[in-house]
Amino acid sequence: MVPENLLYTRDHEWARIDGDTATVGITDHAQEALGDITFIELPKISQSLAVHGFLGSVESSKAASDIYSPVAGSVTEINKVLTVQPDLINKDCYGAGWLCRVKLTDPDPSKNLLSPAQYQQFLESNA
Amino acid sequence: MKLIFERSIPGRQGVTMPERDVPTSINIKPELLRPAPAAMPELSELDVVRHYTALSRRNFGVDTNFYPLGSCTMKYNPKVTEKVAAFDGFAQLHPLLPQLRLGGSLTQGALQLLYETDLLLREITAMDAFTLQPLAGAHGELTGIMIIAAYHYDKGNKKTTILIPDSAHGTNPASAAIAGYKVVPVPSDKTTGDITPETLKPFINDEVAGLMLTCPNTLGLFNPHIKDITDMIHSVDGLMYYDGANLNGILGKARPGDFGFDIVHVNLHKTFATPHGSGGPGAGPVGVKSHLAQYLPISLVVKRDDGTYALEYDRPKSIGYIAPFYGNFGIIVRAYAYMRMLGREGMPAACENAVLNANYIKEKLKPYYDLPFDLVCKHECTFSAGRQMKTGIRAIDIAKALIDRAFHPPTVYFPLTVKEAMMIEPTETESKETIDSFIDAMIEIAQLATTNPEVLHTAPISTPVSRLDETLAAKSPNIASLTQLADP
Amino acid sequence: MPFIANTTDQRNEMLKEIGLTLDDLFADIPQELAAKPLNIPKGIGELQTDELLADLASKNSTHLTNFLGGGFYDHFIPAAVSALAGRSEFYTSYTPYQPEVSQGTLQAIYEYQSAICRLTDMEAANASLYDGGTALYEAMTMAIRITDREKIIIDDSVNPIYRVMIKSYTRNLHIHLDETGPDQGMANRNAIFDLLDNNTAAVIVQNPNFFGCIDDFTDLAAAVHAKGALLIVSCYPISLGILKTPGSMGADIVTGEGQSLGLPLSFGGPYLGFMATRMEYVRKMPGRIVGITKDTQNRRGFVLTLQAREQHIRREKATSNICSNESLCALRAIMYLSLLGKSGLAQTAHLCADKASYAWQRLTAIPGVTSHFKNNWFFNEFVLRLPAPAADVVAALIEKGFAAGFPLSRYYKDMDNCILIAVTEKRTREQIGMLAEALAGILK
Repeated sequence: MVPENLLYTRDHEWARIDGDTATVGITDHAQEALGDITFIELPKISQSLAVHGFLGSVESSKAASDIYSPVAGSVTEINKVLTVQPDLINKDCYGAGWLCRVKLTDPDPSKNLLSPAQYQQFLESNA
Repeated sequence: MKLIFERSIPGRQGVTMPERDVPTSINIKPELLRPAPAAMPELSELDVVRHYTALSRRNFGVDTNFYPLGSCTMKYNPKVTEKVAAFDGFAQLHPLLPQLRLGGSLTQGALQLLYETDLLLREITAMDAFTLQPLAGAHGELTGIMIIAAYHYDKGNKKTTILIPDSAHGTNPASAAIAGYKVVPVPSDKTTGDITPETLKPFINDEVAGLMLTCPNTLGLFNPHIKDITDMIHSVDGLMYYDGANLNGILGKARPGDFGFDIVHVNLHKTFATPHGSGGPGAGPVGVKSHLAQYLPISLVVKRDDGTYALEYDRPKSIGYIAPFYGNFGIIVRAYAYMRMLGREGMPAACENAVLNANYIKEKLKPYYDLPFDLVCKHECTFSAGRQMKTGIRAIDIAKALIDRAFHPPTVYFPLTVKEAMMIEPTETESKETIDSFIDAMIEIAQLATTNPEVLHTAPISTPVSRLDETLAAKSPNIASLTQLADP
Repeated sequence: MPFIANTTDQRNEMLKEIGLTLDDLFADIPQELAAKPLNIPKGIGELQTDELLADLASKNSTHLTNFLGGGFYDHFIPAAVSALAGRSEFYTSYTPYQPEVSQGTLQAIYEYQSAICRLTDMEAANASLYDGGTALYEAMTMAIRITDREKIIIDDSVNPIYRVMIKSYTRNLHIHLDETGPDQGMANRNAIFDLLDNNTAAVIVQNPNFFGCIDDFTDLAAAVHAKGALLIVSCYPISLGILKTPGSMGADIVTGEGQSLGLPLSFGGPYLGFMATRMEYVRKMPGRIVGITKDTQNRRGFVLTLQAREQHIRREKATSNICSNESLCALRAIMYLSLLGKSGLAQTAHLCADKASYAWQRLTAIPGVTSHFKNNWFFNEFVLRLPAPAADVVAALIEKGFAAGFPLSRYYKDMDNCILIAVTEKRTREQIGMLAEALAGILK
């Protein structure tokens, strides 16, 4: 079961909304599919993101995947430790493996996102 | 084993230099010179020979044993083709010679060989004109897509997309993207493993510049709807591109030009037996129907009325220059020799034997491995390690276990449309005994997967190295042994 | 049938075992699409093939004394190169996707990558591209990826064959290509600086350039970097036996043609495109890359790495579509460099430069023959100005047994009387003397 305090996308990203800021990452399903992550390309500070726009990319030794932003806004913080410890995403994708924080431009980002139950169902129906 | 640099002994030299018969007069100002010689190894000739001989013995080639890599067509590379490619009359020829006045007459043998190769390929594929310039299959794909773009530009068509089956080789979407098109994947039908008119229909619109298709497809299956698919694409003035990687599955028995393809590329290093060379060089000649011939790259070999051969540069509608000269000539020589050796009967015979060998393997292994599409295949068959996954054995484990049994593994994890895919292409040059021993090994591995899966996880154990940590290599790449870099 | 082991009996046995006929195996091909017998000659045996190809080879001239260059050179290739690269474990193997059975290829390519870095003073090299021209094109698109800009400046002193290839590839793409005409045989600083701005992705130059002239691009690198752009240098590997390296000048991406590293001229291919760059750009570099790692027993081993950039993983988002490369040619190159070694490579470069210098002296001593670029240093190639159209003189010299050089009028305006002459360590004092005599004779 996926964490209850987050919202999700069909591309396996998660967002934690805290007022006018969101923290963004990729889900357990995504990190599992990629295998041991070897490299992460993060956005730049103050880069503006659109919903489903390109946020960055993640690589393992046998796969690579683009990451799409679940929310619209501008990047305020990036999780720099991932550049030396990309495997944090494998170990703790919902916690220490967060990718970036975004100042939201849309006050109601949840309308573009799936609830935990909806995402869980999406995973089960596509298994 | 040590690196060649680690064997270096200061003062050693391998070759003896040609004579210095002129005065030493380096008159280049010192600021333009490097402060110290490049740090190449210092070794005797024997040191170098022993090093690379030892390395060669850590390698596995077709000459070693069975190499059933699906979609690669690892057929035997005839030694006579190596011999003829090394003739001085080919190897010593400078490519700029025909660009000199009177130079054409000095290269008639080479030009004739290129011309005759062109004609042979036209007949084999039912196309009207060929360029031999593309230096690899993927290079041929890019050339073909550039021709598609030139065609549409010339007609004033606004086309933005190329359709590609989801089972396609990665070079297809990569080539289309590099040529500036948007790639639209077309799903395969779940029961046939290939695209059908039904799965294709929703994607047909006026934006479609063309469709890239491999036939037989990357599962080794011939698409019976090929003519209908061709008509659908042509109905929106799209062009049909044939990826010839699997030509060995229909060689001499059917021809892509007859199916309605407008552009084809062939892989000389697959179907036409030129060696894979540990990853290259290859060659990917591209053939077109007559309405596209004007877009072929510069230059082309033509035969004049007096019977002499010449290079044609005046091609106003051409896509331009895609290679420095006339193609990978040394590879074309090998392929030409092979094509002449096979000839009219040898090509369909090669195909028939390749297809028989693949179906024989398919039927014999069917009881032991999941076969996603139980259909008559062409030159290759695709299994899935689905059944073996129940005891934790994956395609990669089966591959490594084959290594311990002295076989090269088949292609694994491709195409992407089959989970834990194992694609087996024996080719026609393998004997029944070899194939039978491969089948026995595969059966043994299937049994071990149930009785003793652990032992498969440790494979291979008979090689100089065991399984390697690819994650470590990607995380902290060490890709060159460097000495101190010179100060600027 | 040639190369097919199974007898008719064995085939029938196999068909019987699987319960199919030969027709069954091809029943899925619709009748109307089945091919008629191919209208090509009947197959021929090995002896006849040998004779046929020998006959074709004999129709090509190998008797001319070769002074042709233009990026492709007649260098001495030690016999051990072909002996080693001709080992069938190397040449009949495939791309090393199964590393445990390909440590030979993988280690040799790692050594090749290392040698290219040491030669050019760069930090990261790939396992080969098709040739120097496509390598230069890939470097250009790599710079565009890195900087996210669209403008490219390329000087006309870069090999014209490469420039026309780049123009052909970029025709349909959103890339703005500016060409600067050379300035007295050297890369045109003024024109380049005029065009250089914050939209420039890269400046492309060559050393020695197509005219054989040697340059130092340190000043260019500084100016290019000040605008956040990259410097791409295409170079001639043998010249790096003695010349200042692109890496030490500040180049960001170095490419070139590796044919001179142990590959025969072979009428245009197979050749060898090499590419090297800085470690910070390695993930944007196209082509295969071999890296070091450890196996389960902690032993050193080699694998293909950073594959996430490549077409089989990234598909339409790959750094390049390249799949087959020039691996066997790269193997030949590292074998060549190992045989020549540190001293041998420097000595080869010295010999080339000395013999070229001697040839220049003998030829410019002929009345009417002058050096076209008087103030430039050259390595082993130079441009002479003749008192007659170079194309005619070259044709006349062919009849005297010399491939004397390349008439530049083919690619450059206002250079009708100019000829590009290359001299390698294979040319003897005697051959050079005979060329001078023949040229003097023709010009009288």
